[in-house]
Amino acid sequence: MSVKVEDKLFLDRFNVDEESHLRLLEPDVCFEWCDDQPCLYICPANVYKLEKDRISVNYEGCLECGSCRVGCPHFNIEWRFPRGGYGIRHKFG
Amino acid sequence: MDEKFDVAIVGAGPAGISAACVLADRGVKTIVLERGEYPGAKNMFGGVLYGHALEQIIPDYVQRNCPIERNIVETRLSYLSRDAGLSFTYRDRVFFEQRRNNAFTVGRAKFDRWFADQAASKGALIVCATVVTDLLKDEGGRVVGVTTDRSGGDLYAKVVLLADGVNSPLALKTGFRSEVKPENVALAVKEVIALPEEVIDERFGVSPGHGVTNEIMGDVTLGMNGIAFLYTNRNSISIGIGANLADFARQKTRPYEIIESLKTHPMIAPLIKGGKSKEYMAHWLPEGGYDTVPGLCGDGFLIAGDSAMLFNALHREGSNLAMTSGRFAAETILEAMETRDFSSWGLQGYARRLNESFVLRDLKKYRKFPSFLETHKELFSSLPVAASMAVREMLTVDGVPKKARQRAIWKAISAKVPPLRLLRLVWDAWRSVR
Repeated sequence: MSVKVEDKLFLDRFNVDEESHLRLLEPDVCFEWCDDQPCLYICPANVYKLEKDRISVNYEGCLECGSCRVGCPHFNIEWRFPRGGYGIRHKFG
Repeated sequence: MDEKFDVAIVGAGPAGISAACVLADRGVKTIVLERGEYPGAKNMFGGVLYGHALEQIIPDYVQRNCPIERNIVETRLSYLSRDAGLSFTYRDRVFFEQRRNNAFTVGRAKFDRWFADQAASKGALIVCATVVTDLLKDEGGRVVGVTTDRSGGDLYAKVVLLADGVNSPLALKTGFRSEVKPENVALAVKEVIALPEEVIDERFGVSPGHGVTNEIMGDVTLGMNGIAFLYTNRNSISIGIGANLADFARQKTRPYEIIESLKTHPMIAPLIKGGKSKEYMAHWLPEGGYDTVPGLCGDGFLIAGDSAMLFNALHREGSNLAMTSGRFAAETILEAMETRDFSSWGLQGYARRLNESFVLRDLKKYRKFPSFLETHKELFSSLPVAASMAVREMLTVDGVPKKARQRAIWKAISAKVPPLRLLRLVWDAWRSVR
């Protein structure tokens, strides 16, 4: 089954900050040391996408669960909360 | 902010607001810092709240228009394989009237806002859109306040209550709690699906205002240690599925794919048919149990709710543990205000209260349950398939004598789950919850 997470994220309300609250500390580590790259799978918003020579971080749709931070086997993701008032805004919760 | 407060609370969820209500009621100068644009903006749970815990904080919550979606009158437990499933249902008239507010569904965006309003009306100051980025400590290492992401955002208080939820980079940074291990949390995703109120009443066979909860286990989590749920709100259905984060990583399963496949299950699809998805969310559940509960207080601070990993996975109880721990924290702070001792020693009453109450007694009782699930993966793979197969074969009428049929079923089951393993499973299950 092909599910587009974009369709789901489209339902949500975000107040997107200009600056990312997520960052790969050493982008090289993802390619040179990380065989499994679990960030590509576990993120419920598919924030991390595999590009030709790097992993892109699409922080705009982040659901702020924290899974990538603790799921990264190399602790290579710098993770903080979006600035106060930014990020996802639950309508129902 | 140059103003000094008695108590600074991080997080406007059930734990933080419960504490704020109790403290403000007694005239304690309390500030609650919430990172969301409004209380509830960042909060999400399955959907069930318990009247008993709320009543201890706001006795007249019903009169105060607490935004209850539906009172739960029926509980369903389902054990599903991919295309079939068993279901066990309990409905009780007692939950229609006498114990009508025993359990009810709420949406957190509405409920947390309402709850925070109650605290504000008692005199607590609720400040939203403010992230607490660090704790302020004196030379002796005692917590004396918090740093926020607002300019000039240092804020001093006699005591700080951390009620900032399961995903707390702050708790990590300050060393109060070690970083979450993937195996100690479940990652859950949830969708809210809108349906007209009458359609929900009809589909679930309930009167207006009455609702149903459905907890779902089986191989819907594709062999991962996890659980799914479906709860009725007034004019929407919350459907969600979660599994151990380490299992997600190991299996390379995408969370949004398993929720989508759950929605097509023959026992689930008719319940949400025609509904329109309104929201998609993700959150952790602190499923590690008793052994992952951190130190509960220190010099100048306490930890409550999900931040303290207070969650009873077996009974899907979390919000009540959060509210109760928040209340206990407030009661302890009131005592400390009298003695003016906010040291770890002066706040020990908090740990004592939790230890003596259902909160830690229940977690202690079930301390082996998380590892039981983690070490018996057949519960989420071969066993639900075998159970469905057994029932399917027994229900199939095709002239085969029952004895021969039973023998064939038993043979098929024991090929998948050896009888000794099955016996072991029942024994281990009992031991983990007794």
